[in-house]
Amino acid sequence: MDWPILSLVTFLPLVGVALIAFIPADNPENSRRVALWVSGGTFIVSLLIWFNFDRTTAAMQFVEEAAWMPMAGIAYRVGIDGISMLFVLLTTLLTPLCILASWESIKVRVKEYMIAFLILETFMVGMFVALDLFLFYIFFEAVLIPMFIIIGVWGGPRRIYASFKMFLYTLLGSVLMLLAMLAMYFDAGTTDITKLLVHDFPTALEPWLWLAFFASFAIKMPMWPVHTWLPDAHVEAPTAGSVILAGVLLKFGGYGFLRFSLPMFPEASVMFTPLIYTLSIIAVIYTSLVALAQEDMKKLIAYSSVAHMGFVTIGAFTMTVQGVEGAIYQMLSHGVVSAALFLIVGVVYDREHSREITHYGGLVERMPVYGITFMLFMLASVGLPGTGGFVGEFLVLMGAFQANSWVAALAATGVILGAVYMLYLYRRIIFGKLTKEHLGKILDMDKREIAVFAPLVVVTLWMGIYPSSFLDVMHVSVENLLKHVETALAAAGHSNLAGR
Amino acid sequence: MSIDQIIPALPEIFVACMIMALLMLGVFQKGALADQDVKSFRLISGLSVGVLGLTILLVVMLADRQLMAFNNMFVVDGFATYAKVLVLIASGCAIVLSAGYMERNGVARFEYAVLVVFATLGMMMMISANDLISLYMGLEMQSLSLYVIASFQRDDQRSTEAGLKYFVLGALASGMLLYGASMVYGFSGTTNFSVLADLLKGGAPSVGLVVGIVFVVAGLAFKVSAVPFHMWTPDVYEGAPTPVTAFFAVAPKIAALALFTRVMMEPFGEAADSWRQVIIFISVASMILGAVAAVAQKNIKRLMAYSSIGHVGYALIGLCVANETGVRGILVYLAIYLVMNVGAFACILCMKRGDRMVEQISDLAGMSKTHPTIAFAFLVFMFSMAGVPPLAGFFAKLYIFWAAVDAGLMAVAIIGVLTSVIGAFYYLRIVRVMYFEDAEDPLDAGVSRELKILIGVTAFIICFFFIQPNLILEPAAAAAKALLAG
Repeated sequence: MDWPILSLVTFLPLVGVALIAFIPADNPENSRRVALWVSGGTFIVSLLIWFNFDRTTAAMQFVEEAAWMPMAGIAYRVGIDGISMLFVLLTTLLTPLCILASWESIKVRVKEYMIAFLILETFMVGMFVALDLFLFYIFFEAVLIPMFIIIGVWGGPRRIYASFKMFLYTLLGSVLMLLAMLAMYFDAGTTDITKLLVHDFPTALEPWLWLAFFASFAIKMPMWPVHTWLPDAHVEAPTAGSVILAGVLLKFGGYGFLRFSLPMFPEASVMFTPLIYTLSIIAVIYTSLVALAQEDMKKLIAYSSVAHMGFVTIGAFTMTVQGVEGAIYQMLSHGVVSAALFLIVGVVYDREHSREITHYGGLVERMPVYGITFMLFMLASVGLPGTGGFVGEFLVLMGAFQANSWVAALAATGVILGAVYMLYLYRRIIFGKLTKEHLGKILDMDKREIAVFAPLVVVTLWMGIYPSSFLDVMHVSVENLLKHVETALAAAGHSNLAGR
Repeated sequence: MSIDQIIPALPEIFVACMIMALLMLGVFQKGALADQDVKSFRLISGLSVGVLGLTILLVVMLADRQLMAFNNMFVVDGFATYAKVLVLIASGCAIVLSAGYMERNGVARFEYAVLVVFATLGMMMMISANDLISLYMGLEMQSLSLYVIASFQRDDQRSTEAGLKYFVLGALASGMLLYGASMVYGFSGTTNFSVLADLLKGGAPSVGLVVGIVFVVAGLAFKVSAVPFHMWTPDVYEGAPTPVTAFFAVAPKIAALALFTRVMMEPFGEAADSWRQVIIFISVASMILGAVAAVAQKNIKRLMAYSSIGHVGYALIGLCVANETGVRGILVYLAIYLVMNVGAFACILCMKRGDRMVEQISDLAGMSKTHPTIAFAFLVFMFSMAGVPPLAGFFAKLYIFWAAVDAGLMAVAIIGVLTSVIGAFYYLRIVRVMYFEDAEDPLDAGVSRELKILIGVTAFIICFFFIQPNLILEPAAAAAKALLAG
């Protein structure tokens, strides 16, 4: 395609921002509509990427380049490959759903809310398509501004604490990454990611660069023990904020590991693999146990996200095709499933304004459609075959068994624990007799809510039943990535590892 | 002396003549009635802005080559042009900012604008100084005007106190600077920058010369309010009338930093290894103090004082590097600092309740509902000062850290980024008060047109700087090159 489709997808939401800016604040309905139409339009445009994407090459596609700061060698470069493409679609899919989900729950400052979400969409898409180090960094960190506002203005009672914690934690990690990026520029003489991917960094420098990137990605991911900002942010954020946080923002870290840490610093990655494994295993087991003890639904799902992200890091650092593909698949399915679970919580929260598990019980009697939807996503989160969650976890475990069977065995216990806390949650909310009086008049999902969940149901089942349509997209890129890592390791004398 | 010789100083001569003219005009305009005071204040302020605008044109017209005047005591090069344009813009903005405030507080006297232009003349001389003597003259001309401006609201106890404090401490710093200059002269036999530079090329500087340099550094550090010579800043910023604080925070800082850069790079550039550690200490201490001390502030002007101390620390990283990239970093930083601060102070000047200025951070509560546009602009300035991309403040820090990493000053760079995270905390606090808290007693609705325009323009620049960063980057790079070539 010869027109700049990636720039279009990235900056189209800003057109919506400009339109909404001129709508009077006392007319929230129009702001909602414009935001929905613009983000929906962005999704449709982004589908063109899916249909025109060449699945047989690992090279960057739809590449655009324009001069930006020529003196420093920084240019506006965007493009996607099999690793980033699906994340772009995930972002453009979730944003309109978020706007639809906040249709009634956001009542104050609707105009500003919609503007914040559309700006957020631009930054998120930009992050995934950026092919220049500094362009990537700008989008990566710019996301914090709208997210800070969304949590702080429309959040729950402890929103100020949560928004500050999120902002400062993430900023702390990313400033170190900025210095590493500068050091990379001075070593390689370019900020072009495609060139940096094949650049061989000095062995002495690699661990430092790796650690600086790790600081940023581990916090964003989040990995144990720097995950504590996430439960707070999730609990206090409005429903749609949680959806975006779990659905897209948590993928920044995993994407970063695959885009930067693994291919650019392969030796350091091997060196630090035990660290990653240890932290991930702790995340999987410990946060699963913590999730089991939660009384707040959102907090429970937040901790489950940390556990699921543990699988992602394990998969990525197995450096096997199955592991890496599993990691990407797990991120995508988690993006859909956890987003849906937060929306599920949002449905009852809008009606009852409580997230306490004990507030509910026996909802199936009044809300059958809700019960079925919840069940589907609950099972997807557990990793039932036939849902997207299964494929990712299975591939990760397959990769992990090839790399280190202990890691695989311990990670597998996480799957069991995941089933425990999710089924326990489901039982307490949905099953049983509807004895609580205040729930006597609760209504089932209306058409708008069903419209929000329908696409997510379709995607989850599609990902579970026919994973090839997604795996095909990433396969060539992942193989190319691992081949590059292998050659780099072989050149550096890691022959024993290169054979894997 | 032929006429050619004074051409480099033409902008300064023009400003000096205009000041005399404005003074006389003001005196003759002045009548017995109070409202005539306001009238002449408005007239002279307007004319002063015009004079500054014309001076920018003159400065730019002389920009294409390096010129010396008055027996090499005065230099005009790309660096001087760049810094002078910034200073002139800053002074012009400061006069515009003060218009409404001065009238409301009954201090609308035309001398204010004249004094600002006077100080600006001093700054221009500082920037162009090529000799320790002309340096001192420019500096004193600036400082004396500033002392008066600080206590301009002469019926107000805090304002006079600020002026006196500034004067006493400023005189001490000037003394140190002079003492250092005399030692430099004693150990080298010259006060001229070019001759000093040639002398130092010969070999390592003598101990006495280094001691002299350190005293000069101490004097200059006072003028840029770098730690440990920063004590006056919060008190003066808090006590002076708000538009005066806005002026202090920008124009004199830019001029003093430009002067600092020239002194360290031109005459003493060869001795960089002897003084680098001093600057590193000053820079790191300023960044840390600026970040940590601001956290507990309740008064927004004090907060801005500590914030400016921090910003000076970042800019000084460029001087630690002591090469062309470093100077470029400083110059980019100064330009963006100018825009951010003018915008932020314009927002602070909107904080009125019942026609009286309020200064507590908590007074901003609920501003996002009562003044959505101004609150948004303030949010932009705060995120920009915190260095969050894609706003301009990020690029300012990027080019500073760029220079630091390039020169291998990793430790300074790491401290710099970590303090910027602490700094983010207090900038975010202002956003929090405006956006996350509800007003009990909202601020006045009316905002004057000048403030609206200034806020709009500066917020626009900060937001969309990333589209065309070359507009600042390229002139800054050229200016840095000119300084090191000369």
